[in-house]
Amino acid sequence: MKLVYFAWLREHIGIDEEQVDLPATIDTVGDLLIWQKGRGDGYAIAFSEPETVRVALDQFHAEQDDPVDRVEEIAFFPPMTGG
Amino acid sequence: MNNILVDICSIDQQPPDALQALTFVARAPNGAESLFVGSVRETNKGKEVLGISYDVFDPLAKQSFLEICKEAQSHWGTDLCLYVAHAKGRVDVCGTSIVIAVGSPHRDAAFEACRYVIDQIKHRSPVWKLEHYADGDSDWVQGNAISANAHSGKDDCDSTTKGGAREAAH
Repeated sequence: MKLVYFAWLREHIGIDEEQVDLPATIDTVGDLLIWQKGRGDGYAIAFSEPETVRVALDQFHAEQDDPVDRVEEIAFFPPMTGG
Repeated sequence: MNNILVDICSIDQQPPDALQALTFVARAPNGAESLFVGSVRETNKGKEVLGISYDVFDPLAKQSFLEICKEAQSHWGTDLCLYVAHAKGRVDVCGTSIVIAVGSPHRDAAFEACRYVIDQIKHRSPVWKLEHYADGDSDWVQGNAISANAHSGKDDCDSTTKGGAREAAH
């Protein structure tokens, strides 16, 4: 599964994207956000307020209780500021 | 669909172009073309800004631009022509961050739909700004909640604002 990061999440984690095998215990977006927080210092900062992190599953906006199985790409990003 | 065109423009290749936008929407049935150009402003919250780097999630951003344009058509008329191009990468002060053009048979629809499109993009499209300051610092502009009021026009990045951006990775 490919994980992709944007804006300051990418800066804190230090990479644009990565390939990971998710633990079998992760069912939902909410589970994934909690797991991410425990993966190291950069992740701990990036996901310190998981409720503010937006998630897209295969380029569709997702909610905390959406399942993450059968997904190829998961994108993580902060609230939008563009224009 | 050929009356909507949305694009993400890498600054080092082809920055958003206002003339190109107007050319796309200027068609025989239209009696009005409105144009919005967002550019990078020299100050934000009291700090001197040199430029902004725009990070963009390209596929999702284009998808959101398209959705917003279709919403405008469903509200102001399916004959509306819309063009949206957003910058990706670093834009210096006075540079263009976004161009929106709307063509319509009548001016009211052209003005209102153009305003709708920029306001919605500000709050819904996956674009992030990293401001670069004269003192050497750079800071990510804090985002809007998705549910935020999309019509205030007074956020950190309205038309007179100059955005900033950092080299995007995608």
